[in-house]
Amino acid sequence: MMGLKDVLPDVMTEFPEMGRADIRDFKKGIDGAFKDFVREYGELIEGFFYPLKIFLSWFERLLVATPWPLMIIIFAVLVWLGARSWVIVVGTILASLLIGYLGMWEDMMKTLALISVSTFVCIAVGIPIGILMSKSDRMQSIIVPILDFMQTIPAFVYLIPVMMLLGIGKAPGLIAVCIYAMPPVIRLTDLGIRLVDKDVLEAADAFGASPSQKMFRVQLPLALPNLFAGVNQTIMMALAMVVVASLIGAQGLGSNVLKAVNNQYLTLGIMNGSAIVAIAIVFDRVSQKFGKRLQKHSETVHG
Amino acid sequence: MDDNSIEVKGLYKIFGPHGEKYIKAVQDGMSKDELNAKHNHVLGLKDINIHMPSAKIQVIMGLSGSGKSTMIRHINRLIEPTAGEVIYQGNDICQMSKADLQEFRRHKTAMVFQKFALLPHRTVIDNTLFGIELQGIGRAECEEQARHWLKRVGLEGFEDNYPNQLSGGMQQRVGLARALTNDADILLMDEAFSALDPLIRMDMQSILLELQEELHKTIVFITHDLDEALRLGDRIAILRDGAVIQQGTGQEIVLNPADAYISDFVKEVNRGRVIQVDTVMTEKGKRSKTSVESGTSLENVAKMFSDTGENTAKVVDADGKAIGGITMKATINAMVTPATH
Ligand SMILES: Nc1ncnc2c1ncn2[C@@H]1O[C@H](COP(=O)(O)OP(=O)(O)O)[C@@H](O)[C@H]1O
Ligand SMILES: [Mg+2]
Repeated sequence: MMGLKDVLPDVMTEFPEMGRADIRDFKKGIDGAFKDFVREYGELIEGFFYPLKIFLSWFERLLVATPWPLMIIIFAVLVWLGARSWVIVVGTILASLLIGYLGMWEDMMKTLALISVSTFVCIAVGIPIGILMSKSDRMQSIIVPILDFMQTIPAFVYLIPVMMLLGIGKAPGLIAVCIYAMPPVIRLTDLGIRLVDKDVLEAADAFGASPSQKMFRVQLPLALPNLFAGVNQTIMMALAMVVVASLIGAQGLGSNVLKAVNNQYLTLGIMNGSAIVAIAIVFDRVSQKFGKRLQKHSETVHG
Repeated sequence: MDDNSIEVKGLYKIFGPHGEKYIKAVQDGMSKDELNAKHNHVLGLKDINIHMPSAKIQVIMGLSGSGKSTMIRHINRLIEPTAGEVIYQGNDICQMSKADLQEFRRHKTAMVFQKFALLPHRTVIDNTLFGIELQGIGRAECEEQARHWLKRVGLEGFEDNYPNQLSGGMQQRVGLARALTNDADILLMDEAFSALDPLIRMDMQSILLELQEELHKTIVFITHDLDEALRLGDRIAILRDGAVIQQGTGQEIVLNPADAYISDFVKEVNRGRVIQVDTVMTEKGKRSKTSVESGTSLENVAKMFSDTGENTAKVVDADGKAIGGITMKATINAMVTPATH
């Protein structure tokens, strides 16, 4: 029997690829250019992120050096302030005690430091970007595809340029986590601001609000519940990224999981993985309860 | 006292990306439908000329879509005009710079909205002081002012509630208090009471009239309801399809509706309550013993006739001087005859 392949001309059956040598040159060319770029600006960029690295190291040392009972009290207080729920407070205390008892205290502190600092960076960078985006449709049409790209490209892929630029260590790990976790806070800042009631904005205009008064007294406060949902997602994504980021030097629970994968240590993997899950649950519950409290004013009592 | 009148002159608004291109066509008589069909632009306002008197209530009335909201938003320039002027104290609001406009909005105007437009994340008192807070006034002073006006609109004790915890009528009191706290000479009210139940609406009208007795602001009040217009308006302008089709006092409009559209409007009106004795008095009955004061509504004159059993009365001015006479027959005639077209 004659197959379709036999009838069709060669061009249709064999994909007209670029020549093998051409492809090699093409890749080499880009890699070479990027390497040149790194040689040229690597130090500058490293210098730029240096304060971040110092800050992360300092915060990590602070958490590790704080006596564990004090740390647990601090957790309990923070969780109470955020969630106002005894169940979650007790759950947090029990989980931290268990994690410590199983020998993961120091790693948990390192992971917490990484998550806190990266969340802080995401907020500090993401909210202004979200604000800019909400102010102009053109800005939005430029940034949205970038965010889509950031969120869909496999995380391993952008480890490569980060690593080439900054090598292996804490700072590149932190940067990788930030890149991966930042999109939600940007998106939801933009969305929250755009969803603010037009009538209320008009009222602000009618009373002579300046653009910044309008932003800080009307738009951002009213966007806060959405914005906070973005922060919650960002924290969750940062936690999901700690294992991948440990590939380029992030320390803590994530690097233990990586070690477990490489050496087939089942128990080590499950223990550290569960610790990450426990942290995720606490963060999620606390931030959700806190987000709900932010919306308290929208509870209708009558009419 | 300052002259706080507003003079709207030759104001046009054409919605769409190139409104100014079609001004000429509209001036030459192109209709709203034609403009929409041919050029896909919406005629919002067409050659509006209204003198809004100082310290009086100017009502702008019309059916939904007639351009009322567009009109009132030109006074604080929430909408940019396509052509025309809005003159206040010698300045054309349409020509003001951004900074001047911001100052003008902060100090000279205050606005009350149909859907209240309160800030849901702020308490009643923080909503009330929103306007003067923007002016940069210190917190203590802001609170004092806000408390004062909340009390005046009957909301004492609700300072720390959130808007969502209040009924519609109470929310609009907050809206009114917010506008009054601004201490502006011009008060803009876009269907401010239209979303409220009839009884609450009457209540709010009374509050407004009471406050106006002492505040003497220039109030621009939008409504689609003729009863409300007649009750509040010192002067009324009626809009249709973006053009003023009649303006004058309530009485003038009820007695001489300019066209069939307006007669339809005024048909249902309680004429006895709107028309004053001065409008129908003649020389007949000028020497009667019984007297009614100038400005009395026909309804009250009729009631007086039925109470006293008299048939004629003299009309007296504030000094008690007879300025005319009124008969029972003339009173009843004027109350029941609708003007026809
Ligand atoms: N931004 C706009 N773009 C296009 N058309 C508009 C816009 N705003 C109002 N219009 C139109 O202008 C007309 C008058 O509207 P409006 O002033 O809101 O009427 P009213 O307040 O009397 O109900 C309507 O036909 C409306 O559709
Ligand atoms: Mg309207």
